[in-house]
Amino acid sequence: MNPRRAPTIWEQFKSHIIIILCIALVIPGNDLFAQNGLRNIHQERSLYRNIVVTEDSNRRCMRFTITSRSGQNQSCRFLERPVELVFPYAKMTLSSLLVQDNPQRILIVGLGGGTLPDTYSRLFPDAEIIISEIDDAVFRVAREYFGFQETDKIKVDIGDARVYIKRAGLRGEKFDLVILDAFNGEYIPEHLMTTEFLEEVKMLLPENGMVVSNTFSTSRLFAAESNTYRSVFGEIFNIRMSGTGNRVIVSSMQLLPDRATLEARAPAFQERLEQFGMDVTDYIQYMSTEVTWDSSQRLLTDQYSPANLLNN
Amino acid sequence: MTDSSQTVLVMILAFIAGFIIMAIELLGGRILAPYFGSSIYVWGSIITVFMLSLSIGYLCGGKLSLHNPNLKTYGTFFGGAALLLLPLILWSIPIMEWLFLQIEDPRYGSLVVSMLLFFLPTAVMGMIAPYSVRLLVSSTHGSGHVAGKLYFVSTLGSALGTLATSFYLVLWFEVNQILFTMVATLIAAGIAAIIAGTKQQVSDSV
Repeated sequence: MNPRRAPTIWEQFKSHIIIILCIALVIPGNDLFAQNGLRNIHQERSLYRNIVVTEDSNRRCMRFTITSRSGQNQSCRFLERPVELVFPYAKMTLSSLLVQDNPQRILIVGLGGGTLPDTYSRLFPDAEIIISEIDDAVFRVAREYFGFQETDKIKVDIGDARVYIKRAGLRGEKFDLVILDAFNGEYIPEHLMTTEFLEEVKMLLPENGMVVSNTFSTSRLFAAESNTYRSVFGEIFNIRMSGTGNRVIVSSMQLLPDRATLEARAPAFQERLEQFGMDVTDYIQYMSTEVTWDSSQRLLTDQYSPANLLNN
Repeated sequence: MTDSSQTVLVMILAFIAGFIIMAIELLGGRILAPYFGSSIYVWGSIITVFMLSLSIGYLCGGKLSLHNPNLKTYGTFFGGAALLLLPLILWSIPIMEWLFLQIEDPRYGSLVVSMLLFFLPTAVMGMIAPYSVRLLVSSTHGSGHVAGKLYFVSTLGSALGTLATSFYLVLWFEVNQILFTMVATLIAAGIAAIIAGTKQQVSDSV
């Protein structure tokens, strides 16, 4: 029989090491299960992007990336409460109704899952809503997986928004509300961020018209974009909340209302907006015209618009 | 001018031409976007026109190289390309505005605009490549080697032109500032070739 030798490190800690390895292997896997059985129910590659529709026990979402990093969803709906808004940015957008309360003609750039058109048409059943969406496939997925429908009041124009807006301006069309919701993908359409573009949008606005843009709250782009909007519209509301990477810019043809006016308008909307899972009075505190960014950051123009580089 | 210094000059100029062609192609997307969007067919139009004009440029440059190939003619290609780029800088907006009103379909709108803005300067820049080969080839035996080296430098220039423009130049400068710099560079390149050609003539006649 061999003399008894001291156990090696491996023998001593074998069971510990195995347990640690198992935990390490299971934790990343656990993540997948933590999202209540998230699964892909549709995936396709369009001309512009990958479109993925995912569903868990709670909600269905549209995503433009294959990887499931958090915060990459374009559009989500609760399965049991489809009317309620999932994302803070959609609620921030809706809170702009305190600035302009009765839009009857609405242009929305970027369809996604059709959440915003549905919400606005629920609030204003008589309003005419036109959506400019570049990607035919997004339109199809919105119809098939998110219950979006064109009606005689809601129309979708497939094409580039810059072209649509330029032509609408030439036709002398007016929109009480223009919502720019095309900036939350992996690639930012740089020609939809410039002073020249905003001037073209401005041509569509009547005296009390308003532009609401859902965009980014981080990076050098934040300051550049804020300055660009200010140069075209004057003062802007920069609605920015913690816990979301989005911010919403509200620009109006009229002077923006002060806090007291907003508070006076809120009760009329409080009940109407409750169904979307929001209390509109929560948003008033964020409606400030204060310049909190570097106002020397260069404006974005058709000559200079490196939005994607500034966003890195 | 010695053979080796002519080789170096032509190589540098071919590199510059390659760099500028791709830089302009990339800026083309930026220039057209305000009028025709940035849809895939806008890029389709731009790339089609660049390929078409380069192919015709190659044909013409090759043809021109048959008769008395010399650095002075070579230099005028650079100067000519520089002048033909000026409408892109000076009149692209009125041209696009006019065409935007004439053609509803942004596919054909962007194709026609690309033809008007990019065809001539790019075709002239395309003439540089085959003419460069002719200037440097001294024997049938070495012609493939010379052509290979020229493709190498000009395509390397194209690669760097693409990279520099998309990563840095658009972040630092306005589109027209970049274009004016390209025009100035082409003019400088043309003058360098013409001066070298003149010196060569003088030394040949001595």
